[in-house]
Amino acid sequence: MSNHWHAWRVAFMTIAIKEVRRFARIWIQTILPPVITTALYFVIFGKMIGSQLAPIDGYSYMDYIVPGLILMTIITNSYANVVSSFYGSKFGRYVEELLIAPIPHSLILVGYIAGGVARGLSVGVAVTIVAAFFTDLHLHNVAVALSVVLLTSILFSLAGFINAVYANSFDDISLIPTFVLTPLTYLGGIFYSVNMLPEFWQQASHLNPILYMVNAFRYGLLGISDISLTVAFGVILGFIIALYSFALFLLKRGIGVRT
Amino acid sequence: MTTHALEISALHKTYPNGFHAVKGIDLTVEQGDFFALLGPNGAGKSTTIGIIASLINKSSGTVKVFGHDLDREPMAVKRLLGLVPQEFNFNQFEPVGEIVLNQAGYYGVDPELAKPRAEWALRSLGLWEKRRNMARQLSGGMKRRLMIARALVHQPKLLILDEPTAGVDIELRRSMWSFLREVNAEGTTIILTTHYLEEAEQLCRNVAIIDHGRIIEHTSIKALLGQLDKETFILDLKRELGSVPVLKCGYPLQMIDAHTLEVEVRREQGLNPVFEEFSAQGIEVLSMRNKTNRLEELFLDLVASSEKGS
Repeated sequence: MSNHWHAWRVAFMTIAIKEVRRFARIWIQTILPPVITTALYFVIFGKMIGSQLAPIDGYSYMDYIVPGLILMTIITNSYANVVSSFYGSKFGRYVEELLIAPIPHSLILVGYIAGGVARGLSVGVAVTIVAAFFTDLHLHNVAVALSVVLLTSILFSLAGFINAVYANSFDDISLIPTFVLTPLTYLGGIFYSVNMLPEFWQQASHLNPILYMVNAFRYGLLGISDISLTVAFGVILGFIIALYSFALFLLKRGIGVRT
Repeated sequence: MTTHALEISALHKTYPNGFHAVKGIDLTVEQGDFFALLGPNGAGKSTTIGIIASLINKSSGTVKVFGHDLDREPMAVKRLLGLVPQEFNFNQFEPVGEIVLNQAGYYGVDPELAKPRAEWALRSLGLWEKRRNMARQLSGGMKRRLMIARALVHQPKLLILDEPTAGVDIELRRSMWSFLREVNAEGTTIILTTHYLEEAEQLCRNVAIIDHGRIIEHTSIKALLGQLDKETFILDLKRELGSVPVLKCGYPLQMIDAHTLEVEVRREQGLNPVFEEFSAQGIEVLSMRNKTNRLEELFLDLVASSEKGS
């Protein structure tokens, strides 16, 4: 059995390193664009417009939006990495390399998640460095901040994997990010506090899982949140368990990869 | 009792669209064999291989590799298998060396052990100098060899090659044959599907012919060739002929052009009577060759009779 564990460790590391090399090789497409886009957000929303706005919960508008913008890049990049990499492996048929190898399905899944997390965190760090040029960064609770980043990245890597399993064309891998992920992210309290919304929209916003992640991360950095931390972690972990179980079920059944 | 390298019983595959691709195949391949799995396009060869390699879910039946049941011990089966598929299935945007090393990693081979093995496989197949090139920069023949190198890096006991030399020029094909013979001689059981029947005749000891999802012949190449009761020869003549010569021995003779004749000879007849009559008539034969590969004639006969029967 110890031989199997060793073999599986080697297999996992191979998948994870391959995934990291993949996005690192094309860093101009994977790392640079989100850094530039987020820098523009800082300039336009943070500096130009934000300087005209009143503080929120005691923080300047720039300070207030930094956590959400960092988390937004982590969400979109974790998702994008796994959806494009796994769909690419289906399209180019090299997913077969993994399917014929003696690797448990769970390990294939975890390997892809590791790639998504690595890209999410890499871009997150890059964006955080850019943010430091525009404002003084705060760090209220390291453990909360890091765990939210990690769990959010895992969650959206899983979501990207499921999207890739069902995708039959390159159009299919951009539909969910465009029509679901982006609206949910923008409406997830990155640019505003939900307490500023009318009562109905405050309640409606609680149906958006990204709201919980953004607020938990904002607590980690600034110490303020519209949502209870316990509830936020409960929602994030609940989604991770549900999406992991579903992704593993799809992989075991061979949906989208085996006939 | 010796364990078979491959043992397939009552294997069926029906695709979701209702197509019954494999209809109750029973097949055994001995350890150390070089085995040909032949059949026309769409006969069920690739489906059968896909099932063995866990790329296609079977509808029913059992598959055992070196005694390990695919349903009960899929990991053990996978560890023993190496697959060279028909279609290119590697990342065209990855360097050649990385593709082979990654494959070793998927099989749990430590990087320190994988590196010399990858070097051996790439050198043996003439790809070592290309190890840093992106796979998409390789020629078609090199890509086929890359898939062989990749399949060998974890040292499988059963290597399955699905048309490995398709589109490869004859010189390269012969060097690949020589390499595969060495791999087989070192103890790896090989199953080969090919459309080049000369390839099967040159390399394989045993053969199964599959058609319409059923095995229609399962024997040794020698026994199969023993079934051949006639051969057709092409004769190149020195001088031009005006008409088809009449042979007293009665062998069917056809004129292809003024310098070429085609003669059909039954196994028990021999060619001497033809040459004796040609000498008597002053016809000089410059050279002679088989019209088709001997196995090809048999293959076409077997498939034709299978189609009549179905």
